[in-house]
Amino acid sequence: MTPGFVRKADVALTVNGEPVEATVPVGQHLVDFLRLELGLTGAHASCEHGVCGACTVQVDGQAIRGCLMLAVQAEGTEVWTVEGLTEQAAITDLQDAFVARNALQCGFCTPGFLVAAKDLLAMGGVPTRAETREHLSGNYCRCTGYEAIIDAVRSVAQARAAKGAV
Amino acid sequence: MKASAGGYARAESTRHAIELLVSADGQGRVLAGGQSLVAALNMRLSSDDLLVDISRLSELSGVRDAGGTLRIGALTRHAEIGRSQLVRTHAPLLSEAVRYIAHAAIRNRGTIGGALAHADPAAEFPACALALGATLHVEGPNGARAIAAEDFFESVFTTALDEDEILVELSLPKCGPGDAQVIEEVARRSGDYALAGLCLVKRPTAYRVALFSVAETPVLAQRCMAALEAGDPDGAVEALRAEISPPSDTQATAEYRRHLAGILLRRALARLQGDRS
Amino acid sequence: MSIRFGNPDRPNSYIGKTVPRPNAAKLVQGRGRYVDDIVLPRMVHVAFVRSPFAHARIAGIDAEAAKGVRGVLRVFTGADIAAVCTPWVGVLNHLKGLKSPPEHALAVDRVCWVGEPVVAVVAGSRSVAEDGAALVEVAYDPLPVVTETMTALDAETPVIHPELGDNLAFRRLHETGDVDAAMAGAHKVVTARFRTARHTGVTLEPRSILVDWNPADVRMTAYHSTQAPHMIQAVLAKHLDIPESRVRVICGDVGGSYGIKVHVYPDEIATAAIAKIMGRPVKFVADRLESFNSDIHARDHEIEARIAVDAQGGILAFDVDDWTGIGPYSVYPRTSAIEGNQVVNLCGGPYRFENYRARTTVVFQNKAPTCQYRAVGHPIAVAVTEGLVDMAAAELGLDPIEIRRRNLYADDAYPVTSPANMRFEGLSHHASLNRLVEMMGYDALRADQAEARRQGRYRGIGIASFIELTNPSPFMYGIGGARISSQDGCTVRMDPDGSVVALSGVTEQGQGTEAMLAQIVAEGVGVKPGQVRIVTGDTEITPYGGGTWASRGAGIGGEAALQAARALRRAILDVASVLLQDRADALDIRDGQVVDGTTGGARMPLEELGRIVYFRGDTLPKDLPRELVQTRHYTTKEYPFAFTNGVQASYLEVDTDTGIVTLLKHWCVEDCGRVINPQLVDEQIRGGIVQGLGGALFEEIHYDAEGQLLNGSMADYLVPMAAEMPDMVIAHVETPTQESELGAKGAGEAGTAGAPAAVMNAINDALRPLDARLTEMPFTPERILRALGKIGDLT
Repeated sequence: MTPGFVRKADVALTVNGEPVEATVPVGQHLVDFLRLELGLTGAHASCEHGVCGACTVQVDGQAIRGCLMLAVQAEGTEVWTVEGLTEQAAITDLQDAFVARNALQCGFCTPGFLVAAKDLLAMGGVPTRAETREHLSGNYCRCTGYEAIIDAVRSVAQARAAKGAV
Repeated sequence: MKASAGGYARAESTRHAIELLVSADGQGRVLAGGQSLVAALNMRLSSDDLLVDISRLSELSGVRDAGGTLRIGALTRHAEIGRSQLVRTHAPLLSEAVRYIAHAAIRNRGTIGGALAHADPAAEFPACALALGATLHVEGPNGARAIAAEDFFESVFTTALDEDEILVELSLPKCGPGDAQVIEEVARRSGDYALAGLCLVKRPTAYRVALFSVAETPVLAQRCMAALEAGDPDGAVEALRAEISPPSDTQATAEYRRHLAGILLRRALARLQGDRS
Repeated sequence: MSIRFGNPDRPNSYIGKTVPRPNAAKLVQGRGRYVDDIVLPRMVHVAFVRSPFAHARIAGIDAEAAKGVRGVLRVFTGADIAAVCTPWVGVLNHLKGLKSPPEHALAVDRVCWVGEPVVAVVAGSRSVAEDGAALVEVAYDPLPVVTETMTALDAETPVIHPELGDNLAFRRLHETGDVDAAMAGAHKVVTARFRTARHTGVTLEPRSILVDWNPADVRMTAYHSTQAPHMIQAVLAKHLDIPESRVRVICGDVGGSYGIKVHVYPDEIATAAIAKIMGRPVKFVADRLESFNSDIHARDHEIEARIAVDAQGGILAFDVDDWTGIGPYSVYPRTSAIEGNQVVNLCGGPYRFENYRARTTVVFQNKAPTCQYRAVGHPIAVAVTEGLVDMAAAELGLDPIEIRRRNLYADDAYPVTSPANMRFEGLSHHASLNRLVEMMGYDALRADQAEARRQGRYRGIGIASFIELTNPSPFMYGIGGARISSQDGCTVRMDPDGSVVALSGVTEQGQGTEAMLAQIVAEGVGVKPGQVRIVTGDTEITPYGGGTWASRGAGIGGEAALQAARALRRAILDVASVLLQDRADALDIRDGQVVDGTTGGARMPLEELGRIVYFRGDTLPKDLPRELVQTRHYTTKEYPFAFTNGVQASYLEVDTDTGIVTLLKHWCVEDCGRVINPQLVDEQIRGGIVQGLGGALFEEIHYDAEGQLLNGSMADYLVPMAAEMPDMVIAHVETPTQESELGAKGAGEAGTAGAPAAVMNAINDALRPLDARLTEMPFTPERILRALGKIGDLT
């Protein structure tokens, strides 16, 4: 091995609020690390080239592609997946809206959509339909045709805005 | 597929990064935001690379006003550029370009330096840099040097960077009063690489027109610019279509792209008119 | 007592209402369990070396370097797998003349498409298996490649399978009336050439299978992302020489299927074979890149077609010549001839006319195999039919709505047999069209279109009526000799706590099967849907059934569930009648209580009845049956298929400078008979429409002349994403089938069937003033500009 370079690396990070230490192959992407090493199977690996959004997770407060970040790069970061966000009740309203509106069918894309939508909702206000579609345009869903997802996300934005206005 | 990386090192400083690249002896690959590189690794388009991770080098991130120029650190993320008031004021072309780049989650991690160094001919930022007449500041084992955007992009995914050099910053002339900067592109779907795209920068006595997705590199349309400076927009469209030699692929033929370039120029010019009125 | 569907206030009225899906909450919490989420002790992973050539002889395989990779356990060639796994032939007896050569799980001697699996590398992780696969050296001697459909039968074209004699897999000609005479005597004949691109399904969850072979128990267990567990059970048993009873297929959560996961794939069977050889669990999850060249493709058709009309726009004849290339093998066991066959069956489907000729020609080529994919054949037949009808209307100066009104089967014309010999029990074309016209505000939309045109913007309205084949009988596959069940069973039982469990042979792919079954069973028994647990997707546990395909889940599986639930209700009431000393027909079950049938007054909770039956049977009369488990099976008997109908409309704008199409809005009225869960049906329609819109605007697999796949990634094969898709307005007309008490027909494919034609007609409506006409899908910006003459024709 060339001096200074490693094939496996130690990482220490926080995942869903819990400290995690592991030794990872340096080529392993974050979503495989979460799934294979930590058993967090909510985020999915699908295209693994950054197009489908099924692997979207939150790193240091932002939605990112879990397949386009190496696990070794997550050193020192704070990672949240759908499992942790659920436990923290951080997206309960969004999850309820997805169920009520049937904004999911097979559910494989849903964890990614939820994290992407959380990002949008964090900006505050009520995005238009077009803005919502645009923000979620990097997440692929073959089942729903997207309309129900747009409805669900906007209904949460409206509800949060109404609550904030009271 | 699963990535096959030959090795990894986290750079602690720019100097350290350069030392790592030197020791990698040609096998080194600079890992910044990773939004193109990790995808390529996952497709095993490239394997056994020695990854030099510079993403922790906070000194390479951020936008600052340097008097006559705007300076943008190579690790400044697309999303930060999109939010930056300084960029909006002094290089509005970049602010506008951000919304065309991929999708929100990718903009959260992708960096402008990564986009420039990757030199994808279909990407927005390289053409923006060209249109704006940016200067790219690089550092290597033999010190620092500045490369004009015109000299930086050599061919597909290939730049004037030496294998042990790192792009650290770019500097841009500020948008002056009366200047206008617009970007126009057509993509099949939002966030897709453009079928063709065009950046138009108008300065008091000069125009700069840079295109992407029409050649192996982003290109300046010199004859088109000359026609615009001569006050001949129709001639500019004609010159533009004549001077580019776009590729054909599964999305569009060269002929379509050539046609589209002219349409984009007309639209960009119409927006300048609109801005004026 | 039958269910009074017409009375929405009836007790336990869950059928027809939007009831939340019981399995949605776990999915939004990331608690789904897809195949790749399952980890078994001693599990290993397999990666496949795939052919880089479209057609070549395998000259040699050198796996030494791969075996030397730390963590690589075994490497298997075609010959290794063939020793334990017999090849298959994808033909059906009733598709006369269909031929296909034997196909192996891994290529033996020869490869026939880019992506065909050649060598399997097994390792402790997928990553290491890929490291090994990258080092396997296969020597190939290239053979001549056949890629073009239209020249596949030419004398100078090489024959892919010399033992078959030619490249013709299947041909069928259907003729009714005198088409030539009708054409000769017609007021107008309009001819057009249509093309639908090669598509693939791009299920977000790739194909996935985890197979465990336990030689001690003589038992194979396959955790499989599939639509048809029982079919796969039969296939694994047959080709791996295991008794069917010793194979168990478990299908948990499935991340999308759309027809992609109802076929037999060589790599999946190879995975099972490897499990049998190694005696330990083997997992194969396709990655996205290999999905593009190994999932089935579909819809690669070229069609020349004509319509003849009289002066009033009455349709006199259709004449359709359909060609399709299916790759080198007919896919097992459903065959790759069905899609072309469907085109023959479905063209002209909504219309009353006399003279019909349709031929399909199905040829072999060196590309990935094609097979059934959502709405099989329908999008093609609807595009041809509706495209021609619109062109005829334009020739005659008729409004597209008007020409349809003049030709659609009258709503009281049924039963009727179509010129294609399809038997329609009851359809509602006119009611559906009327509803559509009203819903979309047709006249106002025309005014908007005219106003836009005055401003130099080109907007268009496209209409597409359609029929959809659902609820198939054995006439689809069974009569051809395939072990594919068209019947389905459901077992419903009441447990001591008064809750109900239903086990069904239909499967959940996300479409809402479990919700649909829960509400039917709830209504049928008389409990709340929350008191019903549904079990699907396990051949060991559920009654035998077909699974999910041809829009059959609700119509077939739903009826079996209803009948089983009604039987359980009767069994419960028989016990209750003794316990309560009242006549069974004077009692009812509502919300989990036995009640007085007239007053609704509570008589006994089901859990009390359960307590007595299960724990104090001694207190019941000795001869009283107390069978609180009931099973019923259902298959259609009168009609080979239950046809549905519907009509879609698209409103869009074409940018005539760039060729970009902006979808403004989409409407669909469809009639799937009884609507069990309005929200789920609407969302099936919406998802289906968008799948059709993908085909209309974006999706197209490209191969070069050497058979190389040019756009095998999600960056290059464009699927519909949120930003470009329109909002969709959905409505229903309900014409229940009389074949079942439930009256439900299928709804899963209607959206996909009609959407491409609606878009095509809308684009052509928009561009008609510019004399441009498009019939080749997808309608890319480039094709639109070429049709407009803004850039030259491709030579």
